[in-house]
Amino acid sequence: MMEKPLNNRAWLLVAPVFLIVAFSAILPIMTVVNYSVQDTFGNNQFFWNGLGWFQELLDPSTELGGRFFDALWRNLMFSAIILAIEVPLGILVALSMPRDGWKVAATLVLMALPLLIPWNVVGTIWQVFARADIGLAGWALNALGIPYNYTGDVISAWVTIVVMDVWHWTSLVALLCYAGLKSIPDAYYQAARIDGASRWAIFTTIQLPKMKRVLLIAVLLRFMDSFMIYTEPFVLTGGGPGNATTFLSIDLVKLALGQFDLGKAAAMSLVYNLIVLAVCWVFYTVMTHAGTERPVREIAS
Amino acid sequence: MNSSSRGGTFVMVLYLVFLMLPIYWLVNMSLKTNFEINTTVSLWPRDITFEHYIKIFTDSSWYSGYINSLTYVVLNTIISISLALPAAYAFSRYTFVGDKHLFFWLLSNRMAPPAVFALPFFNLYSAIGLFDTPWAVALAHCLFNVPLAVWILEGFMSGVPREIDETAAIDGYSFPRFFVKIFMPLIASGIGVAAFFCFMFSWVELLLARTLTATNAKPIAVTMTRTVSAAGMDWGLLAAAGVLTIIPGALVIWFVRNYIAKGFALGRV
Repeated sequence: MMEKPLNNRAWLLVAPVFLIVAFSAILPIMTVVNYSVQDTFGNNQFFWNGLGWFQELLDPSTELGGRFFDALWRNLMFSAIILAIEVPLGILVALSMPRDGWKVAATLVLMALPLLIPWNVVGTIWQVFARADIGLAGWALNALGIPYNYTGDVISAWVTIVVMDVWHWTSLVALLCYAGLKSIPDAYYQAARIDGASRWAIFTTIQLPKMKRVLLIAVLLRFMDSFMIYTEPFVLTGGGPGNATTFLSIDLVKLALGQFDLGKAAAMSLVYNLIVLAVCWVFYTVMTHAGTERPVREIAS
Repeated sequence: MNSSSRGGTFVMVLYLVFLMLPIYWLVNMSLKTNFEINTTVSLWPRDITFEHYIKIFTDSSWYSGYINSLTYVVLNTIISISLALPAAYAFSRYTFVGDKHLFFWLLSNRMAPPAVFALPFFNLYSAIGLFDTPWAVALAHCLFNVPLAVWILEGFMSGVPREIDETAAIDGYSFPRFFVKIFMPLIASGIGVAAFFCFMFSWVELLLARTLTATNAKPIAVTMTRTVSAAGMDWGLLAAAGVLTIIPGALVIWFVRNYIAKGFALGRV
């Protein structure tokens, strides 16, 4: 590929995007920074509190720090579990896609459907599906003699939320992998057949390397979105039973909009955001490195 | 591709059944009377009724929720795409001071948790008098949709050879004319995919939409919380409202079905 020419007037083309995102991102973050170093007794009177909130937040022995680390730990556990299920399952589904004809279009549309459902409705769907009194799954499980009650039992609640997330997002991973698989020329497979390569050898030497890039995108998107999950568990369990499914965003909204503890919430927001930024940076670096080895892209048709 | 063996079909059918089962249950429930929902678990409505749908279509407090949601979603899609097009072109064609950092910063906003922004957005949009209007939600959703649109469009644009730009310049096309007449048709599918994603993420988001509206611009997702009342849950109505929120998404998918796989790879396959 040719090098892109240096042209600083390109900034003129980028300026509108820069301005609108700065308006939506920098201004609010400044407000958050401002709150994070102050304390209030109501009536819009604020006092300088320095880094007090941050010290409290990062010290697990305090009340604030304790709940922050609990929520962070729960959230990391959740992200790890759903990635461990969704990535292999997504690859398997992508490999199982029908070859051509109307079946492909029909399968794609059905697969993408959960992705387009508003997140609170996803919560609602699983609520009416999993409830023991009116839901098919809850009713069937109890009829089979399996004790299941997602509003009272921690294990049931976690299983329900994980299955809900798998239901909701596995298609994203599958569609990404499918896009990667589609870009493999038929000649590769023919060559493999002539060499008598096994199914597993084809997977590890042809298909998996081709999917590396899209899998990176998939893992990035799934990690980030599961790390900021709010609406679905909020509708389904409200963070309960107890605090068992209170993830970071749920905890933050409770703190900020429920208790109006602005200083604490702001400090938590900033630390939360910094973690996201750090992870994002790692992925971005890995992705741009993977990008330099990639061949010239085909024309977008 | 290969597979499509019997094992593949089996996995696919199993997966699709898993996806459709909860949706089937929602549809089933929306066609039952509340009495039937609360008293029995039946696999199909014994006493089929459309009362819940009729209520939604005749009660303005219900159907206005759909109109409000669609209004800010469409506004957001238009703003995001029209701003992202020139920016994506700049990223795909030129290097300039700070381009890599800017791209990363944009991307990081796509990943920022909306919960962090809920309260400051509330303050910000109240201060500039946009609170409780579709514009507030449309602009707030730009936070993650504009970076996403730039990212997708950049992927598609980089697939178009740069010689085309140069040939057009030699043929005497001015830049705006070249961009609209020649370049945009070339990446039409990319624009469609980017619009699809903006629509999608604006349509499914609830936290910011809920925080930035009160009564006039209340999205359907918030209206749905009204089904909880002192008399208990109105499950049938809730289910019917849920079914109706699935339909716009299904329609949009149908339009982009041929590009959906490439689109989900953000034009980068």
